[in-house]
Amino acid sequence: MLGKLTWDAIPWSQPIPLVAGGVVLLVLLAVIAWVIVRGYLPYLWREWITSVDHKRIGVMYILLGVVMLLRGFIDALMMRSQQAIAFNAPGYLPPEHYNQIFSAHGTIMIFFAAMPLVIGLMNFVVPLQLGVRDVAFPTLNSTSFWLTATGALLVNISLVVGEFARTGWLPYPPLSETQYLPGVGVDYYLWSLQISGVGTLLTGVNFVTTILKIRAPGMSYFRMPMFCWTALASSLLIVAAFPVLTATLGMLLLDRYLGFHFFTNTAGGNMMMFVNLIWVWGHPEVYILVLPAFGVFSEIFSTFSGKPLFGYRSMVMATLFICVVSFTVWLHHFFTMGAGANVNATFGIATSVIAVGTGVKVYNWIFTMYGGRIRFATPMLWAMGFIVTFIIGGMTGVLLAVPPADFMLHNSLFLVAHFHNVIIGGVLFAGFAALTYWFPKAFGFQLDEAWGKAAFWLGLIGFYVTFIPLYAAGLQGMTRRMQHYDVAAWRPWMLVAAVGVLILLAGGICQVVQLVVSIRHRDELRDVIGDPWNGRSLEWATSSPPPSFNFAVLPNVHGEEPYWEIKRRAIESAHLTPEPQYEDIEMPRNSPTGVITAFFATITGFAAIWHIWWMVVLGLVAAYVVFVWFAWRDVDEYVIPAAEVARLDRERRGARQAWLDAHARAEEPA
Amino acid sequence: MSGRREDLEPNGSDVAPGVIDAPEETVREKIGGYLLGLVFATLLTIASFYVAGTNLIWAPSIPIALAVLAIAQIGIHLAFFLHITTAPDNTNNILALAFGILIVVLVVAGSLWIMDHLNQNMVPMDQMMQMQR
Amino acid sequence: MSTSSEAVPQRHRRDIDPYRLGRGYGAAGYGGRGQDATGRGAGGPASKRVIVGFGFWIFLLSDIVMFSAFFAAHAVLQTATAGGPSGRDLFDPSRVALETAFLLASSFTCGMSAVASSVRNQLWTQVSLLVTGVLGTCFLALEAYEFTNMIRSGAGPQTSAFLSSFFAVVGLHGCHVTAGLLWLGTMMAQVFVKGFRPNIQRRLLCFNLFWHTLDIIWVALFTIVYLIGGGR
Repeated sequence: MLGKLTWDAIPWSQPIPLVAGGVVLLVLLAVIAWVIVRGYLPYLWREWITSVDHKRIGVMYILLGVVMLLRGFIDALMMRSQQAIAFNAPGYLPPEHYNQIFSAHGTIMIFFAAMPLVIGLMNFVVPLQLGVRDVAFPTLNSTSFWLTATGALLVNISLVVGEFARTGWLPYPPLSETQYLPGVGVDYYLWSLQISGVGTLLTGVNFVTTILKIRAPGMSYFRMPMFCWTALASSLLIVAAFPVLTATLGMLLLDRYLGFHFFTNTAGGNMMMFVNLIWVWGHPEVYILVLPAFGVFSEIFSTFSGKPLFGYRSMVMATLFICVVSFTVWLHHFFTMGAGANVNATFGIATSVIAVGTGVKVYNWIFTMYGGRIRFATPMLWAMGFIVTFIIGGMTGVLLAVPPADFMLHNSLFLVAHFHNVIIGGVLFAGFAALTYWFPKAFGFQLDEAWGKAAFWLGLIGFYVTFIPLYAAGLQGMTRRMQHYDVAAWRPWMLVAAVGVLILLAGGICQVVQLVVSIRHRDELRDVIGDPWNGRSLEWATSSPPPSFNFAVLPNVHGEEPYWEIKRRAIESAHLTPEPQYEDIEMPRNSPTGVITAFFATITGFAAIWHIWWMVVLGLVAAYVVFVWFAWRDVDEYVIPAAEVARLDRERRGARQAWLDAHARAEEPA
Repeated sequence: MSGRREDLEPNGSDVAPGVIDAPEETVREKIGGYLLGLVFATLLTIASFYVAGTNLIWAPSIPIALAVLAIAQIGIHLAFFLHITTAPDNTNNILALAFGILIVVLVVAGSLWIMDHLNQNMVPMDQMMQMQR
Repeated sequence: MSTSSEAVPQRHRRDIDPYRLGRGYGAAGYGGRGQDATGRGAGGPASKRVIVGFGFWIFLLSDIVMFSAFFAAHAVLQTATAGGPSGRDLFDPSRVALETAFLLASSFTCGMSAVASSVRNQLWTQVSLLVTGVLGTCFLALEAYEFTNMIRSGAGPQTSAFLSSFFAVVGLHGCHVTAGLLWLGTMMAQVFVKGFRPNIQRRLLCFNLFWHTLDIIWVALFTIVYLIGGGR
């Protein structure tokens, strides 16, 4: 009846996951109880869970990303403390548990922390920057989010029911085959990634379509803000790379469930094929993450230097160059597999060449700052910290791209330090910078600067103290994923790294405190006019938070920095432009399709993991029913009457005019 | 611009793939287009099956001939069934297709190249398993 | 069109309130009424039909990339027969030819449904969709027959890596055809109940794209897997 699922699936004998899972479960139940008791459930259902508004979906994505970032960070704390203790000693984490922790850490950080952060930013920012009202397929967007959440949920269920993969974040066969890991760990991994991967793919389709087909009038390609360009490149990579992930994991699923022989070491299977295919996805994936981060920094450098982005067109070209070339470098993840000198040299050269595109970007950012009037606000600090950190990470990357060097360094902590260097220094710093930068746009008040700066400095220092020692230990030959070790020379580095991760923890606490403090002081931090940073692109033209329709009338774009021009003209004349003709606006209706789809996806995934076949069939049939039900609705839009649009927009214009008047008075000679 | 077309395509010069309601085309012409595609595709299919089984051609060249015929037929499908054209209104569709083809070529050719070299340089898996026993 | 005479010069006059010229979403969905192709720039949001068609096109390309991974796996594993039967022993060209004929014909009738729905002819739309469905079912039946035959004769997917990859790539195409048939049935019901509304027309457009793309993938499939692979 319940397949492989029995009471023994719950790890009664292992206190750590049991207690951790129990605490998470209790917190979750407490939150749900609180929501129900306070009567927030209808509000949440109406305004968030079923929302198809890109801004709401973006916020939910980022929330998911932050929660999972915390989960992944707890894994990191455990690993660092284990390695600090486990010198000539077993430490406190048994090997099978330690293996699950590093596997879960990588999986969670990439798929459920970094991806939701990046996609959430794209969701929130792109339509606003393009000057339009929503993405191409709003309901699909909601479905994408909930499918990603399903994947995250399944990974977290594995904490309490069953186990997670013990394979590392990419389940290399033959270890991941049934013969060696018959448990449900790998299945949890595969199904959660398949389901969330579908969500990510649909997001990619959605954003390619949005950016190419829905832009404000006059916004030609070379007038799009840089973040939109990077979002486009990232979405193109999603569309091209995630199908390969789906296919590869699908083959492993066939191996595990139906006894196929794609990657087995019997009957002609070829495990190297898995390594090859997974990295066809894996390398573009890092650019899927880091390109939007580049976009974020481009916006921030330009805004806080008070200058247009230097070399805009070369930046676009560099982005597209990286987008295409990132598909020709995947072998550098397995130079040591044995494909030979010619193959290795080709991919090594391609890898070095991709750094040229990144180099162009770095110089453009530096020249954007050059001669600018720089304001050292928190987002700008993160951006400057990023440049330094990312250059170090990029250069160790170029070092690893040299095949002979890679033969020495592969699978060592040097590699671990390198990719944390680029992903933390690139994606995570961008995430924090973007959160501070766009938070006022989303919620109508700014974040506290003092706590934000504290978080930045602790984060930056903590990062270096944690990962520079890993470079050193790696050069001394320490390999990754060690549960315990007996080389005395490595010990000091592990102790320093443990201190570093505590500094990072302090930085994280600062972020949380910053949020709490800012919410309590929101009235002083209020963003009245909707343009707290003296911004340059269209998202700052609307109010904070923006109305559901974003723009009362779509802006007409005349140059690369349309909002800057509007603002300059308004300041010169001390007046806003005459009030436009307001018209009724049609907006997509909220829909529970996404959350219902995800509900059945969860059931199907969970049932497949535990081989509960009737439930799989039930889930699939239900999915079809939902599909037909969604297809059958007749009214999918509602109308916001022109009067309501006018009321909201007059509020915005009133605040702006007040600011203009104050500005004009301040400028008057005394 | 006729009134009806304006309702459908407010932007006049941008077209989705697969759209066939150009107002200047009669139903007869549209069906004719599909028929032409069907005839071409059928001929190419017959040629493919014929080439595969023939010994009139030098045997090692058969796979290449088959690949050429398949590519030709895919082109026919794209042109006559999916209505992808090279006109300016199709720029986005063509660019997307080109990107897709590029990725497909990279994935397939790259994998084959890598795995082929690997198989030449390394002991095949089944032999390696026997060595470990 | 009232804006057409103003729109062109306005793009060059910079002293005009950008908000003033903003265009709402018209009654037919996104209705920017500019004159330029959105593809290249300045026309404002494209029509819903272009958005939906293009979005689905992007999805189909991603689907093709997914197939390409299976094709790559098949190409690599083609010789890994592990002592089991090879393509030459297993494939029957005449049955493959018949399958191809069914699918090609269904692609044609699917195109006929597009023609019929473009002139809003309910009867011919339904008839051509039905024929498409029947041909698709015949194709699937032949494929199922082939699969069961092979498995019964001991050449199932568990026999060798070559057969694993064969069953996976051909089976994946079969799954797509199955999903397409399900979709087709739903569309027939929708056209019957709701008539040729713009959103139904858009879905028919997407279904057409999907079905033709399946035929394109089949072309690659019968060439690489059956014809080239059958020669080995």
